[in-house]
Amino acid sequence: MARRSFLQWPVVRQVTSGDLLGRGPSVTSPHTQAITPRTATADRVVQSVCPYCAVGCGQRVYVKDEKVIQIEGDPDSPISRGRLCPKGSASEQLVNSPGRQTSVLYRAPRSTQWQTLDLDTAIDMVADRFIETRRRTWEQEDEEGRLLRRTMGIASLGGATLDNEENYLIKKLFTAAGAVQIENQARI
Amino acid sequence: MANADCIVIQGSNMAECHPVGYQWVAEAKARGAKVIHVDPRFTRTSAVADKHIPIRAGSDVVLLGALINYVISHDLWFKEYVSAYTNAATLVHADYRDAEDLGGLFSGFDPETGAYDPSSWSYAEEGGDTIDEPGPGTEHGSDASDRAAGHQFGSGGPPLEHAKVQRDETLQDPRTVFQIVKRHYARYTPEMVQQMCGITTEDFEYMARAITENSGRDRTTCFAYAVGWTQHTLGTQFIRAAAILQLLLGNMGRPGGGIMALRGHASIQGSSDIPTLFNLLPGYLPMPSAGRHDTFREFVEAIGSKKQKGFWAEADAYAISLLKAWWGDAATKENDWAYDYLPRLNGPHGTYQTVMSMLEDKVEGYFVLGQNPAVGSSNGRMQRMGMSHLKWLVVRDLNLIESATWWKDGPEIESGELRTEDIETEVFFMPAATHVEKAGSFTQTQRLLQWRHQAVAPPGQCQSELQFFFLLGQKIREKLAGSTDERDRPLLDLTWDYPVDEHGDPEPEAVLAEINGRHLTGPDAGKPLSAYTELRADGSTSSGCWIYTGVYADGVNHAANRKPGQEQGPVAPEWGWAWPANRRVLYNRASADPAGKPWSERKKYVWWDQEKGQWVGDDVPDFPIDRAPGSRPDPELGGSAALAGDDPFIMQADGKGWLFAPKGLVDGPLPTHYEPQESPVSNALYPQQQNPGRMTYGRKDNLSAPSGGSPGADIYPYVFTTYRLTEHHTAGGMSRWLPYLSELQPEMFCEVSPELAAERGLEPFGWATIISARSAIEAKVLVTDRMTPLTVAGHTVHQIGLPYHWGVGTNAIVSGDAANDLLGVTLDPNVQIQESKAASCDIRPGRRPRGADLLALVAEYQARAGITPETGNARITDPGSGSTLED
Repeated sequence: MARRSFLQWPVVRQVTSGDLLGRGPSVTSPHTQAITPRTATADRVVQSVCPYCAVGCGQRVYVKDEKVIQIEGDPDSPISRGRLCPKGSASEQLVNSPGRQTSVLYRAPRSTQWQTLDLDTAIDMVADRFIETRRRTWEQEDEEGRLLRRTMGIASLGGATLDNEENYLIKKLFTAAGAVQIENQARI
Repeated sequence: MANADCIVIQGSNMAECHPVGYQWVAEAKARGAKVIHVDPRFTRTSAVADKHIPIRAGSDVVLLGALINYVISHDLWFKEYVSAYTNAATLVHADYRDAEDLGGLFSGFDPETGAYDPSSWSYAEEGGDTIDEPGPGTEHGSDASDRAAGHQFGSGGPPLEHAKVQRDETLQDPRTVFQIVKRHYARYTPEMVQQMCGITTEDFEYMARAITENSGRDRTTCFAYAVGWTQHTLGTQFIRAAAILQLLLGNMGRPGGGIMALRGHASIQGSSDIPTLFNLLPGYLPMPSAGRHDTFREFVEAIGSKKQKGFWAEADAYAISLLKAWWGDAATKENDWAYDYLPRLNGPHGTYQTVMSMLEDKVEGYFVLGQNPAVGSSNGRMQRMGMSHLKWLVVRDLNLIESATWWKDGPEIESGELRTEDIETEVFFMPAATHVEKAGSFTQTQRLLQWRHQAVAPPGQCQSELQFFFLLGQKIREKLAGSTDERDRPLLDLTWDYPVDEHGDPEPEAVLAEINGRHLTGPDAGKPLSAYTELRADGSTSSGCWIYTGVYADGVNHAANRKPGQEQGPVAPEWGWAWPANRRVLYNRASADPAGKPWSERKKYVWWDQEKGQWVGDDVPDFPIDRAPGSRPDPELGGSAALAGDDPFIMQADGKGWLFAPKGLVDGPLPTHYEPQESPVSNALYPQQQNPGRMTYGRKDNLSAPSGGSPGADIYPYVFTTYRLTEHHTAGGMSRWLPYLSELQPEMFCEVSPELAAERGLEPFGWATIISARSAIEAKVLVTDRMTPLTVAGHTVHQIGLPYHWGVGTNAIVSGDAANDLLGVTLDPNVQIQESKAASCDIRPGRRPRGADLLALVAEYQARAGITPETGNARITDPGSGSTLED
C-alpha cells in the first residue's frame, strides 16, 4: 500500500487547488473526472413544455440515437427559470417508463383477456362502431319539432393534458358528427 | 405575483401543487410581501407563508364576505377606483329583494323548478323597466343551469340589451349596487367568521389588516386559488366573492393584483378556450340550445347585443368566422353560415349526467382521452358501473390505467358486483404519444400559449390525438362518402384537408393556422389574420377560435417565440403568446387612474400618453388604443365604440367591474354563504342550509349524508377534503407508472389530527377505514398536528385530508384505494363542477372489509343514518321562507 503524502490531505488539496470550500476539484474522484453528463453527449436538444400542471415550465429534451435520454428545466423560460418539480424532473420516465404500452389492445365482449390488434384495423373498427352507434341513436328533432341534429349515444372525456390543436380537431369532428357529450377535466 | 405586496393563497396548496410557480411568491416575499395561507391543512405552503389560517372546508364565503364588510364598514375601499371602474353607482331594479330579506333566498326563486328567474336582479332602466338580456331575453335559471351557462363567461361578462344604466354617483341611493352590497354583507362579521369558519377574531383581524394595508394607489394584493375554491356547490360564488373584494380594494387590472387561478393540467386552460366541453364552442361561444338558439339570429343576439358596450358586441363576427373555418364554402350567407350543422343541447349533458345516461344504456360508445375517470371522477363506483354498460369503449393513454382495466381488476370485480365474463363492453386500448413525441401548443394557467417541438417519433403503435382523430375523421368520411342522408352533410362538408407529412400525419402548425384564422377574400385572401378585431360578420374571414387570433399573425408561430427571459423585461412578451392579443395582464387600463395617469410610480403599468394620443406601457394596452381617458361616447353607438375612457372592463357589457352581477349567475347576484351538501353544522347566517340552486342527484348509488342538525348527521361526524401531492398527478395515469414518483409517494394515506386519532383509536402508520354515504376505503394513518381541530358553532369539527392519486388495479407500480370513491355527485349550478372539497365521513381503525362485506359495511352505516335518496337534497330547508317568495 502506497504511503500517502501529506500533500494529499484534503485540507492541503483545498488550499493548493484554490478550492477553499472543498466542493470542487479537491474532492473530485478520478472516476467522476472521467465521466460526462449524458446531456453533454446528446445529438440534439429540443425545447418543450412540462406536461403536468399548468404552470408551463420550460423543458429541454436531450435526444441521442433518436431516444430521449434526459429532460431538464429550460433556464431561458421566464416562467420557470430552469426549475422543474419532482414530476417535471421525472418526465424522462414518462417517455421511457418500462410499463408503458406501445401496442393496441382489444378486449372482446365477455372476454377475460386482452388481445393485440393492428392499428389500422383498430381505427377501422372504431369508425364502424362510431357510424353505427350514431345511426342507431340519432335524434333529429325534439318533441316540439325543434332541430336537435345529434346523437346522445357517443360521449368523450379528456383533453386537459392534450394540445390545443388536438382539442380543436376533437371538438370539430365530434360536433360535425352531432356528438355533444364531449367533456374534459375542466369540468371536474 | 412577484409584484404583489400581499398574497393570499386560499383554496390552493401552491407550494406543493405548483412548486415552480411558487418561486414568484417566494420572490415577492423576499421583497417584503406578506403571504397568508388560508387552508384546512397546514402544508408546505403554510410553512413558507407568514401566516397559516386554518379554515373549515366550504366556509370561505363567510370569510370573504366578512372581509368585504370590513373594507366597507372601515371605509377602506379604494374610492376613486370603485366609483369610476365598477358598477357600484349603478341602480338595480326596484323589484330586487336580497337574501337578507328572504331567509337566504333572493327574489325570483321558483320552488317548482328549484331555480331562480333572475329578472328582478336586473339593472334599472329609465322609466322603471329592467335592462334584460338581449335576443331571447333573460334566461330562467333552470335552463341556464342545464347548459352550465356560467361557463360561457370565460372571456368576459354576460350580455345586456344595452348599457344605458342609471347611476347615482353619490352611492347613497339604497338601490345602488354599493348600498346593496354593503347591506348584504353587514352580518358577515368577525364573530360570524369565528363561529362558522373556526377562525379566531385575531387571525381575521390580521388578514383584514394585511390586505387593506397592502391595497391602494401604491400597493396591490393578489389572491390565488385552485380547485379548493372551484369544487364546491357554490364554487363560482367563492371566486365571485374574491372578485368583489379585489374590485373594492382596486386590485384588478394592476401589477401584483388580480385573482390567480392556478390550474392543474398542462392545457386545462386551453381545453376551455378550445373546449372539449359540452356547453361551449371555441372562444367561449355557447353551444346552441334548442328553444333558445333555434335560429342563427337568436344565437348571436343572445351572445351579445349590438347596443351593449365592449367587444362581445361583435359576437356575430366571431361565430361566422368559426363556421367558415369548419365548413368553408358550404357555409354561406344564404344558409346562415351552416348554423344548422351544429347539434343542439336541451339539457345538462355534462360528464356526470353522461355517466348516469350510460347506466340507463343510452350511451353506447365512449372515448376516454388522457383521463382516468375510474379513479379521478367523483363517485368512482358510478363511473365504473357506467362504463360496464357501454357497447364500446376507447381508452387512449400512455399506460394501462384503471379506466382501461376495470373490467378485470376493478373494485366491483372484487366486491362481486361485476363479473368479467358477464361484461359485454368491447374495450380498445390505443397507446398515446407523450408530450415530446408530438408538436403542439399548451395554454398554461396565465393564458399563455407555448409551443412544444417534437423531439422524437412515438414508439410502436403510439399516436398523438391529432393523428388519431385526423385518421378517424378521414375513415368516417370515407365510409360515408356518397351518402345522400342530410345528417351526414356536416361531416362530409367539414374542412378536413390538413397538409400531411411523409407518414400521412397532419401538420400541427396547419391546425394552429386554422385556429388563428385567415382572410378569405380580397387582396389578402389566404393570409393569416393579425388580431380578432379583423374578424368580420360577412364571411370574409375565418377563425377556429377568435380569442387565439394573432397567435399565427404574419404566418409566424408566435406560440413558439422563445426569446430568453434574461434578455427581456419582467413582462417577457417575446416568450410564447398570451390570448388575447398577447396581453399579459387583462383589463390593464385599470392600472391607470381615470385621467389615464398611473395610480403611483410604484405601480405604473399602462398609461395614457397625451402627446402620442394613445395608451402605452409595459404591456399591450387592453383598451381601444386611441380612446382618450376623458372620452364619453354615446352609449347608443354600441360595441367598442361605446366604451368611455373610464370603462376599463372592455369585455363587460357596461364596461365596468361587477360588484353585483345582474346577469350571468343562476344562484344569486351576490355570493351568499350556504353549507356544503354534506356538513356537520347548521348555517348560522340563514335558515337556508345549502345552495338552493345546486344540482342534486338523489339516487341509490349517490346517497348523501344528513346535513347540519338533521338526524343521522352524527353517523358521519367528520369533514373530509381531498387534495394532491407534489409527487403525483391527478388520478395517477402520468405518475403511478413512473418508478421515481411511485417510490417517493408509494401509498394512500389519510391525515388526521392527534386529537382525532385519540378519539377514534387510530394508530400512527396503521390502517384506517373511512366510510362515507357512498363507499368505504382504507388508507394508512398519518397522525399530524398539521390538521387542526376547529371549534365551529360551539363544537369541535375534525377534518381529514385525503390525497386522491391512487386507484385499485394491477398494472400501476403503486395502487391503493381511491378517495374519489367516497365522494358523491352534487354540482355547482353555474358550471356543473362537483363538490369534492368538503363532505362527511366516519373513520375507524383497521382495514376495510373485502368482497361483499364492504358493501354490507356501507349499507349498515346508511341504515343507521336513516339515509334515503331524498336525504340532504331538499331545496328549501326553511318552510317559513316560502311565504316570502311571492314578494
